Amino acid sequence: MTESAKGPTGLPEDIAALSFEQAMGELDSIVRELEQGTVELDRAVGAYERGVALKRHCDVKLRDARMTVERISIGPDGAPSTSPLDGV
Amino acid sequence: MTGSSPIHNLPELSVSELSGALKRTVEEAFSRVRLRGEISQPKVAGSGHCYLRLKDDGAVIDAIIWRGTMNKLSLRPEEGMEVIVTGKLTTYPGRSSYQIIIEDMELAGEGALLKLLEERRRRLAAEGLFEPSRKRRPPFLPHVIGVITSPTGAVIRDILHRVSDRFPRRVLIWPVKVQGEGAAEEVVRAIKGFNALPQGGAVPRPDVLIVARGGGSLEDLMAFNEESVVRAAAESTIPLISAVGHETDVTLIDHAADLRAPTPTGAAEMAVPVRMDLLAQMGEAGGRLEGAVGRLFTDRSMRLEGLARGLPDLDRLLADATQRLDEWAERLASAPIRLLEHRALVVTQTAARLRRPGELIDRKVQDLTRISLSLDGAMTRLVDQAERTLSQVSGRLRADRIITQVDQGRRAVGTLADRLVGWGQRDLARRAERVEALGARLESLSHHRVLERGYVVVRDESGRVLTEAKAVTGGALLSLSFKDGERSVRAEGDAPPTTPPAPEGKARAPRKAADKGQDRRQGDLLDGL
Repeated sequence: MTESAKGPTGLPEDIAALSFEQAMGELDSIVRELEQGTVELDRAVGAYERGVALKRHCDVKLRDARMTVERISIGPDGAPSTSPLDGV
Repeated sequence: MTGSSPIHNLPELSVSELSGALKRTVEEAFSRVRLRGEISQPKVAGSGHCYLRLKDDGAVIDAIIWRGTMNKLSLRPEEGMEVIVTGKLTTYPGRSSYQIIIEDMELAGEGALLKLLEERRRRLAAEGLFEPSRKRRPPFLPHVIGVITSPTGAVIRDILHRVSDRFPRRVLIWPVKVQGEGAAEEVVRAIKGFNALPQGGAVPRPDVLIVARGGGSLEDLMAFNEESVVRAAAESTIPLISAVGHETDVTLIDHAADLRAPTPTGAAEMAVPVRMDLLAQMGEAGGRLEGAVGRLFTDRSMRLEGLARGLPDLDRLLADATQRLDEWAERLASAPIRLLEHRALVVTQTAARLRRPGELIDRKVQDLTRISLSLDGAMTRLVDQAERTLSQVSGRLRADRIITQVDQGRRAVGTLADRLVGWGQRDLARRAERVEALGARLESLSHHRVLERGYVVVRDESGRVLTEAKAVTGGALLSLSFKDGERSVRAEGDAPPTTPPAPEGKARAPRKAADKGQDRRQGDLLDGL
């Protein structure tokens, strides 16, 4: 497996840049490929590693489930700013 | 009624006094009217007041909407709009005109409003604002959701609730008025404001926008039919979900939005996936990944093991070879001895086969004797056989067969000669008969038969047959042949050749002499015979 640059999350940067949907799609195709059992062992190791990284990336995205609600208000200079909105 | 200056009991009024009186009268009499008409030439002046005219088939009236009223109206005056206005009449003394001050304005009937909307929709569609190719798919899992709606009320609660249920996210609310004066402008500002947020700025830029409003009357929803709102939605670079009114209400923003949700809750469902589902899916994917790669390794190691089992055992391979080596070594050690023994044996056997010379000579003599004996016998047998053959051949060589053949030949010749003689005699007789017969036939055809019928053949001295009278010269000696013999006669005188033939000259039979026509042919015929 080629050495990918590692991002701050410890994931290869190309994976960290993927959207959840892209990562999930790629993970799905890796799983399918491995399940067919026709992958060469060397490549299977690389694919597995990438699959694990993709899954971790997806897990990170799924863990990041914070609900914050903010209200936008426009300052006198016309610049928008946010303030927490409570009581909804 | 006299005098040059008429006496007036009417007070003299100034124009202003009259105008003021009129104004009072009009304003009192028409302090509140409902008026239906079609808007014509609406103009918003710099002051913010709106000047327009209302007209129908037969009349027209000037109208004014003060700036303060304009902001409260639910619709903008447009050319040709059929409206019902409420207001009061007043006059404008400076221009000698009267006009209506509009305080409220509504469309004349829902049909007219729908017609207006349909026309607007068609115009915007023709511009391509609603093209399917403009639609973008919102991200599967947005980080930030921008919601443009009223900050209070059920709509925002429904949205937040559903987002929280499915997948808690960061939600930015841009509060706006959703109906009445200024609502459209606020919505436009909010859409543009969200789009103007820079990526990675202090206020995060949303991945998806939701423009929402609860149900209401057609007039209540009018802000979302405004052209400016529709254009802002179409131009938004952030994917936009519209959720205005109930499912049955269709506003123009719905056409321009990238997705149209039937309800605010529906919009939240379109914006975020269900986290629990995804977690389950990821768990399953992880399990499958582990399982697949595990199976892959198990499978490979099993195959490896199987192949290894197929490899022959090294010890046994060596043992075989060692055994063979030992055997060969042993055989190598004993080989010289066995070789010597073998050679000795060969020598002994060869020596045993050797004969003494005397013995050999005796055997050769015996052989020679045997051969000479058999040679004698063979010679005798050959001679005997030749003799036998000769006597057989000479026995078969005998003359009597030839004599018999000669006799047979002779007899055959005799018979043939007899047959030849007999055939000759018979043939001669046959020929004689035929000659005779032919002679008889010849005779029957000869002139003699004619002579018998009385004709005579005349010949000259040289024996030539004369057939013409002119050939007979006078004194010529003629020979006449009758059937029974000849007589010589002499022709008379020397008649010229042209003289008709004398009856005696031609010596024809008396019956036929006068038959001139037939003469010549008859003669020719006879000559031919």
